[in-house]
Amino acid sequence: MTVLDVAWAERWMQTAATDVRAARDELTELDRRVGDGDHGVNMDRGLSAVVERLDDPALPPRETVGQVLRLAATTLMSTVGGAAGPLYGTALLRASKVTDRPDLSASGVVSMMEAAVEGIVARGHASVGEKTMVDAWQPAAEAAERAEDAEDVADVLRAAAEAAAAGAEATVPLVATKGRASYLAERSAGTQDPGARSSAIILAAAVTAAEGRDA
Amino acid sequence: MSVGLVLVAHSVMLADGTAELARQMAPDVELRCAAGDPDGGLGTSLTRVQDALSAALRVVDDVVVLADLGSAVLTVESALELDPELPSRVRLVSAPFVEGAVAAAVTAQQGAGLDAVAESARAAVLSIGPEPVLQLVEAPGAGTADSPAVVRTRASGEAIPLPGPSSSGGADEVTATVPVRNPLGLHARPAAVVARAVADLGVPVTIDGADATSVLQLMSLGTSAGDVVTITARGPEAEAAVAVVVGLVQGGFGEL
Repeated sequence: MTVLDVAWAERWMQTAATDVRAARDELTELDRRVGDGDHGVNMDRGLSAVVERLDDPALPPRETVGQVLRLAATTLMSTVGGAAGPLYGTALLRASKVTDRPDLSASGVVSMMEAAVEGIVARGHASVGEKTMVDAWQPAAEAAERAEDAEDVADVLRAAAEAAAAGAEATVPLVATKGRASYLAERSAGTQDPGARSSAIILAAAVTAAEGRDA
Repeated sequence: MSVGLVLVAHSVMLADGTAELARQMAPDVELRCAAGDPDGGLGTSLTRVQDALSAALRVVDDVVVLADLGSAVLTVESALELDPELPSRVRLVSAPFVEGAVAAAVTAQQGAGLDAVAESARAAVLSIGPEPVLQLVEAPGAGTADSPAVVRTRASGEAIPLPGPSSSGGADEVTATVPVRNPLGLHARPAAVVARAVADLGVPVTIDGADATSVLQLMSLGTSAGDVVTITARGPEAEAAVAVVVGLVQGGFGEL
């Protein structure tokens, strides 16, 4: 059985940093087409800063999953430029408030996902179908809810990550109505939303980090 | 009761330039910029926003924040969410960046409170709105040989009658008409000169129906050289107030 504890949460952030760095050029290219072309660089910088702070021996060790997410939230808010910093930061900040415990149950994962979506919606004022991060996070939270009865908590995460990937793919034909891409209107169709793409990568990293514990 | 301003922009040059414009009209207002990403490139930085807010709040009671693009708004909202002390003293306004900053700064310079400063920033969108606030129509028979026969009406179409050529008025209302001499009319600097003078007088004065303490309303009159403006004031100090404004107009606002 997988345990989603503090070590998992820290591995999640480290894996997310590695995977986003690997996808940096892809994210930048997507953002170059529909935005200002800095999403890959910004997310790489932000997640690297999160890893640096997790590795900082001067900082007190984290005792709850929520403490890891809060540290990530404040770091991303202050180091990622653009809209992504406040959006990811608010998502993780709200998620940290419902995960202030040493490990997460299946319902804990569901609560975390719901709080994250609420944070993104509150900050970005976007809803599903507007070619934003919400198109990855909303189906991910719904999939987590449907998988809540799974025997292994990793399966709840896996369901969320798969739904996020599908949701991100589904942004390709959409026309953006929020954010910088909305200035392009019809011309934004045909490109995957960079924020939805990075969201899928980060949620996939949560699964990888959980599987790492099994291996 | 003092209000400061924080300008949050993606570009350092944009924020600095806007601050320069606002300071020209409101030299004493606490005005800080939080611009650029953490490396100084294009973007916004939570740390810069937090630093500007806390620095301003050490000097003033409240702060009005203007932001240039969506993610600047998000960054400010994040700062407000992170510090529960901030929302009661910081107001992020939905306003055009440049016009809003100028309007808010001039209102703050006059000593207005948070609500009034925030409202003046929001109202500034009228100066770039799809419908002109005021429009020119022909007024047959009005005016003199050397001043165009023009009367201004509100966009609604309600006519404001052009008064006689010299001082007149009812019981406590004093009115004067005077041609504008400046080549550029009542543009930003003269409008600020008038707004500050009238605010100092503390007497309600209108110029062609526009509130004479509002730089944005004065600018949106679109007055140009040779236009005759109508100055109206009420109350016991009305005559002196009208005389001051007539003096400013005739003196070319110190520009001629």
